[in-house]
Amino acid sequence: MTLKQTFKIAAKSILAYRSRSLLTILGIVIGIASIILVTSISAGAADLILKQVRALGGKTMVIQPGQDPKGPGDFSELFTDSIKEKDYFFLNKEKKALDLLTVAPVILETLSVQKDNNFYRANVIGTTEEMPQILDVAPESGFIFSEEDVKAKASYAVIGDEVRQKLFPDSEALGQKIKIKGKNFKVIGVFPKKGQVGFLNLDEVIFVPYTTGMSYLFGRNYFNEIILEARDEKLVPSLAEDLKGVMRSLHDIKTIDPDKDDFHISTQQEALERVGMITDILTALLLAVAAISLVVGGIGIMNIMLVSVTERTKEIGLRKALGATNSDISLQFLIEAVLLTSAGGLVGILMGGGLSFLLSVILSFFLKLEWQFIFPYTGAVVGFVVSAGIGLLFGIYPARQAAAKNPIEALRYE
Amino acid sequence: MKTKEPLIRLENLKKVYGEGDSQTTALLDVDFSINEGEFVAIMGASGSGKSTLLHILGFLDKQTSGIYYYGGKNNLHFSEPQLAALRNKELGFVFQAFHLLPKATVLENVLLPLAYSDEPESQWERLAREAISAVDLNHRVDHLAVSLSGGEKQRVAIARALVNNPSVIFADEPTGNLDSVSGKKVMEIIHKLNSLYKRTVILITHETSTAEHAERIIKIKDGRVVSDEAVKNRRAAEDDYSK
Repeated sequence: MTLKQTFKIAAKSILAYRSRSLLTILGIVIGIASIILVTSISAGAADLILKQVRALGGKTMVIQPGQDPKGPGDFSELFTDSIKEKDYFFLNKEKKALDLLTVAPVILETLSVQKDNNFYRANVIGTTEEMPQILDVAPESGFIFSEEDVKAKASYAVIGDEVRQKLFPDSEALGQKIKIKGKNFKVIGVFPKKGQVGFLNLDEVIFVPYTTGMSYLFGRNYFNEIILEARDEKLVPSLAEDLKGVMRSLHDIKTIDPDKDDFHISTQQEALERVGMITDILTALLLAVAAISLVVGGIGIMNIMLVSVTERTKEIGLRKALGATNSDISLQFLIEAVLLTSAGGLVGILMGGGLSFLLSVILSFFLKLEWQFIFPYTGAVVGFVVSAGIGLLFGIYPARQAAAKNPIEALRYE
Repeated sequence: MKTKEPLIRLENLKKVYGEGDSQTTALLDVDFSINEGEFVAIMGASGSGKSTLLHILGFLDKQTSGIYYYGGKNNLHFSEPQLAALRNKELGFVFQAFHLLPKATVLENVLLPLAYSDEPESQWERLAREAISAVDLNHRVDHLAVSLSGGEKQRVAIARALVNNPSVIFADEPTGNLDSVSGKKVMEIIHKLNSLYKRTVILITHETSTAEHAERIIKIKDGRVVSDEAVKNRRAAEDDYSK
């Protein structure tokens, strides 16, 4: 009997028991769909985060309080008070000597902003006039506050596009006053619609001089971070080391031991590596879960194939009586298992791809993330091969059981 | 002068099922020969061992001891693929319970043995349709087996048995599940296979009227051959066997 014929017979048997075939492949469909979904989400998330990291530019470094977070428990250190104004003053004063182009402190909080009867919860960022340079953005109308305005604690605000739309739906924003925590701020600039820039959605922000923010809005005198821009991308690694020395000196830390530092410096390269590592771990974990579901699916296939062998005992006996060899019977059941799981794999790939696409639409349109749908071609190929492999692996035992049936007992079977 | 070797020759054939205290002897000291082109009925009551004998003769089972020569060759010397090939090319089976694939059409059921043959695929449908035509079921060719009457099912089974042009037809109680009209039609066809197409027919039955279609009746009782005689007043193909 030719392989083509065996395939035909196997396909006919599958189609003859459609409902059971569909139920049989359900485990594989879910397993493969999970693999596709997980790899697609993982690739999409990595793409989104990498885009955000890259948007800051390769010359950017960030000094944050606390030690470099190595686990979820370390993130609380990001809210400690170790980065103070004196750090900013020194770095800003010495920026030329340190080969820095810009130095911008950041203090931020989400606060309710009011204009008459319109309210909006905006990300209020206290910073300096240099921050927009780092983000490569300039107001489309008005201007950014000056160094003098920062020194003078001016009550000026530069607002994002969505803030403008919500607070000034029908009127010009420039020159108007908005109220944050009961204090009036004059709108001196409006950013163009820009969306996500780095980790910030520029449309939802309000920039105020950090001095004003510290005094009237945030109730604290330490920064969330200081963003620095190197003169040249190539200088970043050595500069990061130099900055550690400077910060240790400023914080009176005598030892060169990262465990003793009360700050950490992140570069874009480190951030990229970290994102890569996190997405790799996440993918590996989720794939392990998907692999378990595939093994469970495979065991399901084996069980149902064994039931099928028992149910079709008479057919097996008949085929043997009509000239089928043990190999013919074995191959038929093995190919049935492979065809079933491969079909399950294909359905799973389509379902996983469809769900990933749907998710990307939801994330893009409803959550306004710059989420890109990425179809994991490698994942699809691997998923298909794995599903066929599962059929082969878990089909062997039922196929052997079928081939071992005695034709007489099989024909007598009721 | 050398005599022609019988197609089938059995010597002291014995078949025992089970082991120890639960042993049952189904066949004992069975000796007989069947020549090519003969129509032989193996007759006996239920449990006499006639079906066991047919299964051994049809290479579906093996004897416990004794020798079975088919075409002069000991059946125990055939390998599993050789036995499968013999069942496919040399033998045709007609079972009491029909054993059709219920969800397959008449044509697909008759095509089944061809799938295991070395006949070119291009010839399969022609051969299957010829076999279906021989049992007068052209009008049912695309119908599902499950939708056929008992008589039609048995005719499909005969067409399936014929499709590879076998030398021997084994018919195991072929009319056992049929009404008298359908049974008569089936026996007419089996009769013709022997008289017109010169096939060796081995018919298993417990009914004398059915057995009398054969040229020779081998009676079995408790696993032993108790008589082996030519039929004196053989029934014609068109005789109502059930009378």
